[in-house]
Amino acid sequence: MCLAIPGKVLEIQAQQEMRAARVQFGGIVRQVSLAFVPEAKVGDYVMVHVGFAISVVDALEAERTYRALSEMELLAGELPPSAAEN
Amino acid sequence: MKYLDEYRDARIARVLAADIAAHVTRPWVLMEICGGQTHTIMRYGIDDLLPRSLELVHGPGCPVCVTPLETIDKAIALAARPDVILVSYGDMLRVPGSHSDLFHAKAQGGDVRFAYSPTEAVKIARSNPDRNVIFLAIGFETTAPANAMAVWQAKQEGLTNFSLLVSHVLVPPAIRALMASENNRVQGFIAPGHVCTVMGCEEYEALVRDFRIPIMVGGFEPVDLLEAVLMLVKQLEAGIARLENQYVRSVSYRGNVPAQKIMAEVFEVADQKWRGIGVIPQSGLRLRQDYAAYDANLIFDVGALTVDEPAECISAQVLQGLKKPTDCPAFALRCTPENPLGAPMVSTEGACAAYYHYRRHVAGQEEACVER
Repeated sequence: MCLAIPGKVLEIQAQQEMRAARVQFGGIVRQVSLAFVPEAKVGDYVMVHVGFAISVVDALEAERTYRALSEMELLAGELPPSAAEN
Repeated sequence: MKYLDEYRDARIARVLAADIAAHVTRPWVLMEICGGQTHTIMRYGIDDLLPRSLELVHGPGCPVCVTPLETIDKAIALAARPDVILVSYGDMLRVPGSHSDLFHAKAQGGDVRFAYSPTEAVKIARSNPDRNVIFLAIGFETTAPANAMAVWQAKQEGLTNFSLLVSHVLVPPAIRALMASENNRVQGFIAPGHVCTVMGCEEYEALVRDFRIPIMVGGFEPVDLLEAVLMLVKQLEAGIARLENQYVRSVSYRGNVPAQKIMAEVFEVADQKWRGIGVIPQSGLRLRQDYAAYDANLIFDVGALTVDEPAECISAQVLQGLKKPTDCPAFALRCTPENPLGAPMVSTEGACAAYYHYRRHVAGQEEACVER
């Protein structure tokens, strides 16, 4: 129930005075309310739960985390193979 | 998909698991609160990647599982009325009430529909002015703003045929209740990232302080969960207890303020019964007085209901992390997703369903065979 999935904002539209957007999830496009994320722009990724965007994905933080994790993987070359595989 | 695939990277997961193993020097018990996190752990076999001395127990964060039996029985009774259209999230349809479920109510002619979003229920009310549309509004803080928005919208439009049957639960009071229990074994929590996306982190500070327990706000992908476990283990091994946020790409300290505002406009905090656990003080939400005209509990009287939980189901202990689904004698035998005894076997977030779908029962049986 608390699942939220990241989707890309393709186009912003007003729907009955409430901001909404067409949001792409992989190959699927759905209409999503932007009522809770007034700052969302076209091209942003938003986390969507039951038809509402609940956050704009912080691209910088995501990038930083992923880079740190990837660097851990590079360092893993220095770990004994068994430790890296188990 | 971006922001999903990279957090499912098996190589990074293995490195994180090795790092966890390198830090663990003694046994620790950690609990992930959210059922979505439980499913990721089972689906990707994360528990198998961890050292044996590190135990993950599964928390009560499955809204479908903790919705009181009375609420489900009431929804089933309402669905049988010819003037009612009962709308629910799909997860609720197969949840066993005392004697039936919403699917059976539909099969017997009740107008039961499922919706992906509560705004769809408002739409149904708009196009069926002669029927009463009742939305079974369950969920944690993640879902509450969307449900609140539906009521707010109905009020703005002057709809008089729309109401909510509310069963909303809150995470921090549940953690407090778990910690206060004399049976508690949990030494560190992975807090639910999407609840915190809405509510922020601040309200978890008091729990860290009062119980001197580390809390890590965590995401839902395998790499997120492994990183959260690693961060918790580092704190525990160093003897410190802090609130930290692993899921920074979605969670800010303040959370989503517009979502919190609409929640506070429509709902107020109230005592709430959790299925299998009982009443936890100030652990739920109910509609405010200004929205009483949208409260199905006040509008519809279905008479006295006697509720009846199957004696064999141990979901109460499973939901509190005291037992694993495989400890249940009925698991995968008399209780399956097709014929569930309890809600955790039904929901896509229930711990029993997670163990069942990812074949933990098969592994258990193989072990049993070897022992014999």
